[in-house]
Amino acid sequence: MSDAAGVRGMHPLVISAGVAAGCVAAIAGLAALPGGATLAQQVVSGLMLGGIYVAVAVAFTLTIGVLNFLNFTIPTMFMLTGMVAWGLARHGLPFTDAWHWALALPAGIAVAIVASLIVERFTFRYLKTRHGDATEHAIPLVSSLGFLLIFEHLVLIVLGSEAQSFPVRFRLDWQVGPLVVGLPQMASLLLSLGIVFWLSWLLARTRTGRALRSIAESPDTATLLGVEVTRIVPVVFLLSGLLCGVAGALFVVNYSDVSPFMGDHVGTKAIAAMVLGGLGSIWGAIAGGLLVGLMETLGIHFFGGDAAQVVVWTALLAAIVLRPQGLFGGTRIGKGKL
Amino acid sequence: MSGYWSGILAILAINIIFAYGIFVTATAGQLNLGGAGFMAIGAYGAAMLGEQLGWTPAWTVPAATLLTALIGMGIAFPVLRTRGVYMVLATFAFAQVVTGIILTQPALGGAMGLVVTEYVDLPVLLSCAAAVTLLVFWLTATRLGLAMRALHDDELVATLMGVPARAVQVAGFAIGGGLAGLAGALYAHHFSFVEAQYFSPLLSIYVLLFVLIGGTQTAWGPLVGATFFTIVPELLRIGGSWRYVVFGVMIVAMMMFRPEGMVTRTLLARLTGRRRHADAG
Repeated sequence: MSDAAGVRGMHPLVISAGVAAGCVAAIAGLAALPGGATLAQQVVSGLMLGGIYVAVAVAFTLTIGVLNFLNFTIPTMFMLTGMVAWGLARHGLPFTDAWHWALALPAGIAVAIVASLIVERFTFRYLKTRHGDATEHAIPLVSSLGFLLIFEHLVLIVLGSEAQSFPVRFRLDWQVGPLVVGLPQMASLLLSLGIVFWLSWLLARTRTGRALRSIAESPDTATLLGVEVTRIVPVVFLLSGLLCGVAGALFVVNYSDVSPFMGDHVGTKAIAAMVLGGLGSIWGAIAGGLLVGLMETLGIHFFGGDAAQVVVWTALLAAIVLRPQGLFGGTRIGKGKL
Repeated sequence: MSGYWSGILAILAINIIFAYGIFVTATAGQLNLGGAGFMAIGAYGAAMLGEQLGWTPAWTVPAATLLTALIGMGIAFPVLRTRGVYMVLATFAFAQVVTGIILTQPALGGAMGLVVTEYVDLPVLLSCAAAVTLLVFWLTATRLGLAMRALHDDELVATLMGVPARAVQVAGFAIGGGLAGLAGALYAHHFSFVEAQYFSPLLSIYVLLFVLIGGTQTAWGPLVGATFFTIVPELLRIGGSWRYVVFGVMIVAMMMFRPEGMVTRTLLARLTGRRRHADAG
């Protein structure tokens, strides 16, 4: 675990606390500079946006780390949460207007988890064939692309293709000096980091986590040693469904709109975040997610919207080519994952 | 022939050429999820050469193809340092960078797109598609094609047997990139308009699906895959989104029951009555 984090011998929590303190100090310092307040505000928004990328990037990295599977349905789970919650609040739930989201969002998360388990049922359960050739890993990837089409277009059929406003009556801004920190955004950053910390605890300390790590190391050996792979693999999908669901719910709370295509943008950014951090490294996904969020908001601040995309993707391409193991990944892909 | 069907045939011809571009790298074991990036370079290359320098399509199309082939060759060196999922991601990032650059350059029309005045008619597209098909069939029968197949099946053993892995894979990216560029150039000249939004990640995904569902074992795969996915939705004539749902279900079922694709060597051997050869290989 800490090997993958790239810093040995220190507890990840200690490192994280240090980094967080450093960030706060840097933002405070920046805000104190003359004219630095706008920039500091961008940094704050970038970190908040990064919090959402973190959750989705961790879902990606978990599936790749354990199963060596680039799961393209992950952005779809994110989108499903938002759209299903909106659909329920709009058409079904007899709640008072002010609090409909509080019940609809958990329902949306539940749907995302169920959808993720359906994907598992029809991709990994059946895909036992091993050709051993160079494009073998493409098989579950192609299946997941199939599911992406199915879910996205079912949502389009049932709920339409319009972007929808899903206002959450819960707007509290917190004024810190010259900076405005949205309370829901702050809460979402903390919540998404909290879930990731819980996940890393789960992987490091529990029986399930040990089974997951053993499958990541070698599925065959894990089976020989009595790990029931068919019972553990759904856990990966359950967790990635949960992470995407939470990220989707947080996105709705923060940005108050949903669309059937909301997953595409966040999904590609999360892929960038995962690669920057190093495939299969959870700490890498956290760092990568926050970094991509920062690069995006600062890129928009300095160069404008479209150029920000080029900044993020060029960084990604450079990272893949120059340092394919990412910032925090081990040099041996496959070993030291998770 | 009605305008409707000639439109579909034009798309079919472009899809076939594009699919062969992805097939050539896939047959050597590399998955290219950046097809849209190569196609965009071809399309914008042809558009710029035609509009800025006043070249006719007889020159812009080969020039754009060559340009994309060279870029494919150049990008192959860094991309080939990666493997498996990383390569999928690297090529995906490449396509994102290409469309991102197009969107930010006012000279390339940005988000507004470019109008291409020189028009290329359907017969040219169809003959190009036929020529590319024949070319790839010939290619798979050459020593280079054999080397690619060997690398696909087992890179280590192929290298031990003296296959120059790097050179073959770079050649694969150059040829594949060139074909994708050709598809882009023809697209630009036939539809008289290019915009960056067309070359989306979804396009890269679709073309990879054509190839993988069609089958990467023989050169029939992309032909069958592209034709199937272009024609069948039109024949189904079902509402916009349901057709994609049916598609998705077909893809998932295909991967469950026949992950090697529609056309395999065994199938071809059965069809041509060469059972024994099939069992041996």
